Order: sequence, then structure tokens, then C-alpha cells
Amino acid sequence: MSTTATAPVRTALSRLVALGRAETVLLRRNRTAVFLALVLPFVLVGSLRSVLRTAAEHTPGMDVNGSLATSSMGIVLLVVVYTNLTTAYTARRNDLVLKRLRTGEAADAEILLGTAFPSIALALLQCLLLAVGGAALLDLRAPANPLLVLAGLALSALLLTALAALSSAVTKSVETAGITTLPLMLAAQFGSGLMIPLESVPDTVANLCRLLPTTPAFQLLHIGWLGTDGTGPSEGFAGTWGPAALPLLLAAAWAGAAAWAARRWFRWEPRR
Amino acid sequence: MTDTSRPRPAVEARGLHRRYGPPGPGGFEAVRGLDLGVAPGELFALLGTNGAGKTSTLEVLEGLAAPGAGEVRVLGLDPLRDRAALRPRIGIMLQEGGFPGELTLAETGRCWAGLTTGARAVDEALDLVGLLPRRAVRVKQLSGGERRRLDLAMALLGHPEVLFLDEPSTGLDPEARASVWRLIRDLRAAGTTVVLTTHYLEEAEELADRLAIMHHGRVVTGGTVAEVLAAHPARIGFELPERTGANAALELPALPGTSTELDGRRVLLRTPDLQGTLTELLGWAARHRVELARLDARSASLEEAFLAIAAAGSAGGAPSAPAAGPAPAAGPAPTRIGRAA
Repeated sequence: MSTTATAPVRTALSRLVALGRAETVLLRRNRTAVFLALVLPFVLVGSLRSVLRTAAEHTPGMDVNGSLATSSMGIVLLVVVYTNLTTAYTARRNDLVLKRLRTGEAADAEILLGTAFPSIALALLQCLLLAVGGAALLDLRAPANPLLVLAGLALSALLLTALAALSSAVTKSVETAGITTLPLMLAAQFGSGLMIPLESVPDTVANLCRLLPTTPAFQLLHIGWLGTDGTGPSEGFAGTWGPAALPLLLAAAWAGAAAWAARRWFRWEPRR
Repeated sequence: MTDTSRPRPAVEARGLHRRYGPPGPGGFEAVRGLDLGVAPGELFALLGTNGAGKTSTLEVLEGLAAPGAGEVRVLGLDPLRDRAALRPRIGIMLQEGGFPGELTLAETGRCWAGLTTGARAVDEALDLVGLLPRRAVRVKQLSGGERRRLDLAMALLGHPEVLFLDEPSTGLDPEARASVWRLIRDLRAAGTTVVLTTHYLEEAEELADRLAIMHHGRVVTGGTVAEVLAAHPARIGFELPERTGANAALELPALPGTSTELDGRRVLLRTPDLQGTLTELLGWAARHRVELARLDARSASLEEAFLAIAAAGSAGGAPSAPAAGPAPAAGPAPTRIGRAA
């Protein structure tokens, strides 16, 4: 080898850091993305509150402020991770950046994760702000099961990253990303219990909604924080594992399936 | 076939095939049974017209695409299966590759250095290609030629043992091209194996130890520049005077080893011995007081060899010359020039 003794050795971690750092600079310099990521979620929180209040009128026992906090986190994850990354992957592909990166030492998964790093970090930071803000302003209770909350955040981030990669595969340009992300955005907002509590809709519809890709991961957030999936009384740490078992399994399965599909169908070069 | 006196090739391909699209007439076979070998420290040029299969071949050698059939070894490793072990030892410059427009050159270099084992200092790499004064400029503000040079700098970042350059000087102005040539020569002098594609013939003539000319997915001619040229005769063209009066019975002298092509009064001679044939011809003209109008004598150039291959191809299929294997001495039979030959 022609490398010298002092030559830095690159690991998967150092490659992720290098990609993530460059992508953070790019995110900071993209005014539209910064605006969307910082402002839109909080605008949505405002309208979400009135939606959830209406829902509470015919959903006895619903914790409006609690649901507001966990639903807001779901929406932040959707906007900041899913739509933002769909655009980022499409832009990098069309600028032939992904093609060039693939000639280097980074593996495919490292390139996708490294690119996702700042979006995921920003979304998690905003979730933290929502939690702190909720505790201060909305009298939000402490999470019933913090482990489930963390699992919900991690699985949501992974799932939405993979779904963004998949969506970008059918997105021709940055300008059309708003259209290609719309179906999943609508399905996730209305069908995953963020805007309409699943316990307030007929059982058959609710059960179908529970099978949607994004529902189980968001349910984990809800159960972990509020101690209930809405169908029973609020439980403590030990009591939450029961109702969380199925969503946990489903969320992991969906995240795995989406990651597999993203690896299989992701496009590294623009269509000719 | 194995010649133990020669070192193991740094880059080796045997029976390479690459196909796009579905099987049958709907698909397209870009590489059709290609063999090549590049010795360690050698500068090897892959020439060909657009669509000859140069980039398709290079992508397989680089491990960016799987071959449909055949075997590839780079530094003794399989570019796809041994990717993790091989990538830190090679450098790649694509014909078309991108860097994010909103990053500065220094930021781009820092990111790439973080992805590259044994990376040199970013400023050193930028300096190699003359871009150090532009380090704080954003990539989107670079000219096309500057982008190519940034691409080259990133390919050189990890002190590669084997460097793949896909049309490195396309889009460069003459001055930048000269400095890139100088840089490639320096790298070769330092022991780097270089595989480059080009459609600039003077680039191959200037830089390459050996070259291969591709046509329709095959290597049709290969060897050192001298060997490829030796397979192509020199040309002498002139016009004979009207066959009237003193010139009525004019006959050209016997010129052994020369082929003659007549087009009215225009004569085209092809000869392996330019000086000898020219001496004979001019002596004959002086003795008979014949004026050879529009006299033009030219030794073979890579350009002629190249054009001959392209012409043979467009006149119906690739010439059936044997592919240039790892042994450079095995030159193919002379390819005839021109359709009328």
C-alpha cells in the first residue's frame, strides 16, 4: 500500500460524520428547507389543536394536550424527515452527486444515512423542543414509558428515511417532490391517528389504519408518552408493554420492509 | 498463455460483456467480449468513437457495474466482491459526476477527505489541479473546466495506486489541458497505474504507454503507439498531368510494397516505407519531367488509424482483427484504409 503510516483510516462512522457535516452545511444554506423545517410544524400545531378539540367532543376521555404533543411530533417527523429528505435525495441524484459518491469508499446505505443525518437530527431536536414546550405550557405529563417513546422516534426516523428514498425514486425533479410526497403525507396525517384519533372512527376503519406503514411507529410515541392507545385507561411503565407489543412488532416490520425496498428500488442516477 | 516474466497486470479483463435493456433485439450489447491488460505503472488509453463502449467498459473495471459475462481483476481483486478492500486503493473520475453546488471547494474537499482512506491535505489536492486560489468559492460558480479539475483533485485525494479517468480533459481549455497532461505524467512517473479514455487522439499519442482502440464494444487494435502506427501505412497523394503530348504514354514506376489507388488523375499510394517510396517517386518524376500537382506525403498518424477503423465499421460491421490481449507485441494485421481498398 502506498499510504503512509500517519494516513487516517476511514470507518463507516467517520464516513457518516463527513457526509452528515457536508449535508448540514447544505441544509443551512437552503432557505426554503430551513423555513419549511422550522416554521411549518408550528403552524400545523396551531391548526392541529382545534382539530383535536373537535375530536375530543365525541371521544370521551381523550387527553387533548397529550395528543397534541405526540401528534405534533409525528407531523414534525413527516415534514422534516420525509418531505425534506425526498427533496434532498432527488436534488443530489439530479446533480450527479450520488453517482459521484458511489465511486468512493462509502457504502450505499452510508450515503443514504449520511445524507439523512441533519434532517433526522433537526426533527429530533424539534421533538425535544415540543416536549419541553409542552411540559411548560400545556401541563404535559412525564412519559409513561420513555423507552417506547425513544423506540417510536427511532423507528419513525428510520421508516421515514427509507420512505423518502423510495419516494425520490419516482420523483423526477425537486419541483415535483411536493406532488410525489402528497399521498403518503395525507395518508399519514389522516390515517395514522395524528389528526383523527383512531378510537373515534369505526373499528373496521381503525383496524385498517393501524396497518398503514406510519401508524405503528406513531402509536408507539402515543402509548409511550400517554400510557394508552386510546382504547383503555392510562397505564404506568409496566402496563404499557401490553398495548405496545403489536405496534412495536409492526413498526419494526414496516421499517425493515421500507429499508429493503429502498435498497432495491432507489435510483442513483437520473433517468436518461 | 501465462508469461511469468511479466508482472501481474494491475488491471485485467477477459471476455467482458455488458448489455443494457432486455434480452433480444430490444436490448443493446455495449461491450462484446473485451480483453485487456494494464501492467503496473503503465498509462493505458482506451480510445473510441462515441458509443464504442469505453465508459461501459470503465464502469465495469471500476466496480460500478456488474459485467454480463467475463472476468475483471484490479490489483488482483474483484471490483464488486472485494469493493471494500479495493476502493481505498483506486481513484475514479467519472465522465460526468457532480458535487453539491452550494458547498465551497474546501468544504467539498473536506467531505471527500472524510470518505477517503489516506487522504492528502485538501489544499494540497486543490493545488495539484491549480484550484487552490478558488478554495473559498462555491462549486456552482466554477466553470465547466474548473469542475473537471475539481473532479480530478477528488480522484487523487487518496494517493490511488490505480487511477481511472473517463475523458479527463474534455471541456478543458488548451492551457488547462496541458497542465492536466503534465499532472497525469507526473503521477505516472510516481508509479501510478492510469487507465484513461479519450477521444482526443493527440492525448493518447502524448500520454499513453499503450492504447487500445474500441469499436462496437470490442478492442480492434491495440499496442504501443508505435505498434498501432506500424500497422497503418503512410500515404502519398498527388495528381498526374493530362496524358497528352509527351505524357501520353506515362506509366508510374514499379513501387514494391506499395498499393496504388487511382481516381481520374489523382493517385493515392500507401506504403510502409515513406522515405524509400517517396525517393523513388520523386526520382521518376524528375527523370520524366513530370509535375506532381498537389503533392502530399504523410506518415501514419493515430488519427488515420482511428478513422480507418471507424470507416471500416460504418461500411459494415467491425473489422475482424483479433482483440489486443495483455501481450502488446501481438499487433493485428494492417487494417485497410478507405472503402475502395
